[in-house]
Amino acid sequence: MEQNTTKNKYWQENLKLVAGCLLVWLTVSFGFGIILLEPLNQVQFFGFELGFWFAQQGSILCFVGLIFYYAWRMNGLDKKHDVEED
Amino acid sequence: MELKTLTYLVVGASFVLYIGIAIWSRASDTGDFYVAGKGVHPLANGMATAADWMSAASFISMAGLIAFLGYDGSVYLMGWTGGYVLLALLLAPYLRKFGKFTVPEFIGERYYSRAARIVAVICLIVISFTYVAGQMRGVGIVFSRFLEVPIGLGLIFGMGIVFVYAVLGGMKGITYTQIAQYCVLIFAYTVPAIFIALQLTGTPIPQFAFGSTIQGDSLYLLEKLDQVVTALGFAAYTDGTKGTLDMFCITAALMIGTAGLPHVIVRFFTVPKVRDARYSAGWALFFIGLLYLTAPAVGSMARLNLTQTIQTGSVGTETGNLAYEERPDWFRTWEGTGLLQFTDRNGDGRIQYYNDQNPEFTNQAESYGWKGNELTVDPDILVLANPEIAMLPDWVIALVAAGGIAAALSTAAGLLLVISAAISHDLLKGVLMPHISERKELLAGRISAAVAIVIAGFLGYYPPAFVAQVVAFAFGLAAASLFPPILLGIFYKRVNKEGAIAGMITGLVFTYGYIEYFKGLFLRWAGAPWAEDVAENWLFGISPEGIGAVGALLNLGIAIIVSKMTAPPPARIGELVDHIRHPR
Repeated sequence: MEQNTTKNKYWQENLKLVAGCLLVWLTVSFGFGIILLEPLNQVQFFGFELGFWFAQQGSILCFVGLIFYYAWRMNGLDKKHDVEED
Repeated sequence: MELKTLTYLVVGASFVLYIGIAIWSRASDTGDFYVAGKGVHPLANGMATAADWMSAASFISMAGLIAFLGYDGSVYLMGWTGGYVLLALLLAPYLRKFGKFTVPEFIGERYYSRAARIVAVICLIVISFTYVAGQMRGVGIVFSRFLEVPIGLGLIFGMGIVFVYAVLGGMKGITYTQIAQYCVLIFAYTVPAIFIALQLTGTPIPQFAFGSTIQGDSLYLLEKLDQVVTALGFAAYTDGTKGTLDMFCITAALMIGTAGLPHVIVRFFTVPKVRDARYSAGWALFFIGLLYLTAPAVGSMARLNLTQTIQTGSVGTETGNLAYEERPDWFRTWEGTGLLQFTDRNGDGRIQYYNDQNPEFTNQAESYGWKGNELTVDPDILVLANPEIAMLPDWVIALVAAGGIAAALSTAAGLLLVISAAISHDLLKGVLMPHISERKELLAGRISAAVAIVIAGFLGYYPPAFVAQVVAFAFGLAAASLFPPILLGIFYKRVNKEGAIAGMITGLVFTYGYIEYFKGLFLRWAGAPWAEDVAENWLFGISPEGIGAVGALLNLGIAIIVSKMTAPPPARIGELVDHIRHPR
């Protein structure tokens, strides 16, 4: 029974982490790159309009960072809740 | 050395490399054949996934598409990379923990249903064959342009190579050849991009050149490009023409579709541990990103180069347009393929390239004595012609040919393998002949891979009318049929077989029907498409390319509602879900 509750906790924390990461994923692509395109394009970022930059460069960079961050955090959670593979 | 000889040498050397790797990494059992013995290092798997994923379309077509679409092309950039976030966070680690061989196998076991497994096999085969036809076509184009052999002969060559390493090596052979192919294709993609970036902006890194000023000018590259194209009546490069909801849906459909493509998912079955699957997805996107961050830079620079080659002086001046007799060599070579066409509408011997569909620009064009756009450029040639347009040395051109072939072959091989695994493992072993021995199953896998290659070659030679619709179709289908049941299977215990099957069928029928209605796929004989493919006719202004996102939502909704109305799944399914949720 006790093992069940720690496993539940592990899953809850995982869900929270996934939700947080997906929020960032949504914001940088659908948010900055599409919906907020016009206002962000008023901002000049080097030789780019910022919204355009997010749509063609920034979102991809964020995606890569997100996956590594998630992997790093999850591997930590595995250890914390002792569900790590041998 | 002559360019043709050089190209033969470079492409030939790459083939020798692939075959050598295939012989070195032969598969000895079904575990090797389907999932490379689950012994691939996460970084190596990331590289192999990148090659598996980046097809002839990514290598040859994408930068060209973006060049002509401008901001609207962002849907491909975000869509084809953002899917990896979904894959890494929602699917890959759990499917790895599940630890079997194929995607239909997961669906069959999670939903305790052969029917569900068979529906999944059908989706998988339709998606993969649609996709593979495009790859074989890409191989044919590269062969006929660069090696000047007929498309049919080029196809047979390509099929032969894939045959050797996919049939012999299975997943194991494919993995290691894909790593080699990734190196070839990324090198071939980056080298011309660096040269062009240097020529245009003086910055060697294409991603920075994209945001730099033009050499000998105070304008930024993108500002200059906006000026040059709007002066010819085209939409500004950095502005979109698609509706916001449509942009949203296309991007979502491509993302969800990417995460639901079986040949991509199955790559994460090959790493040793769950934590490797997580990192491996990160590496995959890193290696994909190297190309995807370069592509928009290449697209913008190519568009500027092309436009300025044709429009040599101010718009409207008598000598502002390139005289046809003075056209450069690459122009002549590509005219030979029919992918670049010139018609002298106003008979002045000069090339006018402008947007004659823009009513506001028409009067102006008429006042110059222009009688319509005279140049049609197939977006596919931009990447291939880039080194020639930028006057790069011959070895770079040869390299690009080898890169294009590597991109097409690596994807084709990955697709053929999931097709063969679906037939030998899911249909034969799973449904028709459960007692088949492992040796016979391996043989069956090899035979079905061989048959699939022949069919793929045939589809490449006689491309069905819908090859151009591949994007809408393969991704829409993967998004609407396969992604939702896998996602729910992991995150929602209550979903049962009735829900999953109802959801898959709804998503499939809706998405397929919508695309058929506007684009016409298999029912052309019956009069499809039934409506003109324009925004006024679309449901809420969502194009067929984006409808997969709606199909996926419908699938999820129906699956949940039907599950709630029917009996919950048996207790052992709850245990199975718990098992895949925890690495140990």
